[in-house]
Amino acid sequence: MVRLMDSSEIKQLQILAAKSRMGAILGTYHAKSGHPGGSLSAADIFTYLYFKEMHVDPQNPAWEDRDRFVLSKGHCCPSLYATLALKGFFDWNELTVLRHVGAMLQGHPDMKGTPGIDMSTGSLGQGVSAACGMALAAKLDNKDYRVYTLLGDGEVEEGQVWEAAMFAAHRKLDNLVVMVDQNGLQIDGAVEEVAGIEPLDKKFEAFGFEVFKIDGHDFEQIKEALDKAKTVKGKPTAILCKTVKGKGVSFMENQVGWHGTAPNKEQYEQATAELQAEIERLEAAC
Amino acid sequence: MAETVLKATRESFGEALCELAETNKDIVVFDADLAAATKTGVFKKAFPDRFFDCGIAEGNMIGVAAGMAASGKIPVAASFAMFATGRAFEQIRNSVAYPELNVKIAGSHAGISTGEDGATHQCIEDIGILRAIPNMMVLNPADHWEMKAATKAALEYNGPVYIRLGRLAIPSFNDPATYEFELGKGITLHEGSDVAVIATGLVVNEALKAVKELEAEGIHARLINIHTIKPIDRDIVVKAAKETGRIITVEEHNVIGGLADAVSEVVTEECPVKITRIGVQDRFGYSGPAWELLDKFGLTQPHIAKVIREVVGK
Repeated sequence: MVRLMDSSEIKQLQILAAKSRMGAILGTYHAKSGHPGGSLSAADIFTYLYFKEMHVDPQNPAWEDRDRFVLSKGHCCPSLYATLALKGFFDWNELTVLRHVGAMLQGHPDMKGTPGIDMSTGSLGQGVSAACGMALAAKLDNKDYRVYTLLGDGEVEEGQVWEAAMFAAHRKLDNLVVMVDQNGLQIDGAVEEVAGIEPLDKKFEAFGFEVFKIDGHDFEQIKEALDKAKTVKGKPTAILCKTVKGKGVSFMENQVGWHGTAPNKEQYEQATAELQAEIERLEAAC
Repeated sequence: MAETVLKATRESFGEALCELAETNKDIVVFDADLAAATKTGVFKKAFPDRFFDCGIAEGNMIGVAAGMAASGKIPVAASFAMFATGRAFEQIRNSVAYPELNVKIAGSHAGISTGEDGATHQCIEDIGILRAIPNMMVLNPADHWEMKAATKAALEYNGPVYIRLGRLAIPSFNDPATYEFELGKGITLHEGSDVAVIATGLVVNEALKAVKELEAEGIHARLINIHTIKPIDRDIVVKAAKETGRIITVEEHNVIGGLADAVSEVVTEECPVKITRIGVQDRFGYSGPAWELLDKFGLTQPHIAKVIREVVGK
């Protein structure tokens, strides 16, 4: 296989992703609530988008020509917040008061209060429509910024996702990339047992999307799909990212119970120790 | 006084959109397969590049409009009031009102005057639904001139606004030479101190005819037109309560959630007086010609006059 990225570049991203996961654990621990499972599954995607893919300026979050990101699965904001803090949009310590009264970081993303958040989301199915509106605005203004949105695999059960999918294809929004974090679990259990969504690739294809299926924890695959998406003309792209819910923390991986449960002190310490060890291992290898 | 214009407020709205879009290039319009009916179709014809039909998918339409607003556009999203505010309630709440995005939502075919289509399309809850959402402004203009002015003001205002449009052609009663529109300000159309009639939307003209008719009988009713239901003009309502001691509200909406409640909220806090509520009495409509329905539901001049007589005891 042709290497798309050199190994030190990949390790740097892996370190940033591990730190993003640390932030999600830190935030949900201090909040005594929140959604660690899906935050951990999406951390590599956030990391690649903000550190490699998107043109953004932490000093000027409202920059008109920036690329946009809409976290349609808004509940997974803890690791997005951590990634934004790592990128320099705001102070890391904000994570220690996540979800507290008066805090900047709300339980679900708030575009009015948080620098770097491009859309208020949290009610599932809605973010993808807003992303379509942003992509349409870029077309109308002949601007070349791109719009990215991340959905959960449970979220695609919402009818609005498919209204938006039809709209995106009909309007030929080739500046829109819809990513799906396919960690396979939703609150009530396995997605395929709750309300099966497969074959998701064929569904998006039938709705007029160019579809890529990748491992959502493999930075080279993320890069390859996002690079290819830029060459797709006349239709939107969907990237189905196979992921592990709770990725990076041994006792959270593939456990549905960690969808919306915060770690207690002991669990927080263990999770942090695991992620810290991973960061040290990666740093030593760099 | 200028000549009376017989026109549905949806037509006035469509005209206003086109006039405003000539100079304001940020205005974009969305519809959900009802452009011919909501009258955004005239905008589509004049500005095809800034018109986007979303198909029969109101929730997505509101979300797309929110994304456009987040990118600096001034989107107007139109459908029937039933679907724009009912089907898409939560998209309005979470994608528009919570982030306070500059989206204008136009709900046409509001009220029972939608007529023959019947109860499924006669929205009598829209004002109540949207009034309950923080950050939402709610407008219900009463004639051609008021709709044109309200549309202009809504588009110049930066924030979420709901504008209620009617299907039925109604005569204008305002004089464009002297008419002034200000968001959040009620308008006294007729002076009087026996009772205060507070009306909104399509039935304002019926109430106006009723209070004029009663002058001849020695009943001096004040008539206030509330075009902005939220935020309501508290001063004009409190003054009316204090000076007349009794209020009658008139609206083409359920008596729950709309103007009656908005007025009651102010009056009970500041100057409790008895309020008599003319409106749809918490029941669904049915098919029929609009004017016949308005009459059946007690929203026309004779019925309003009768209630006023009863309230003042004459």
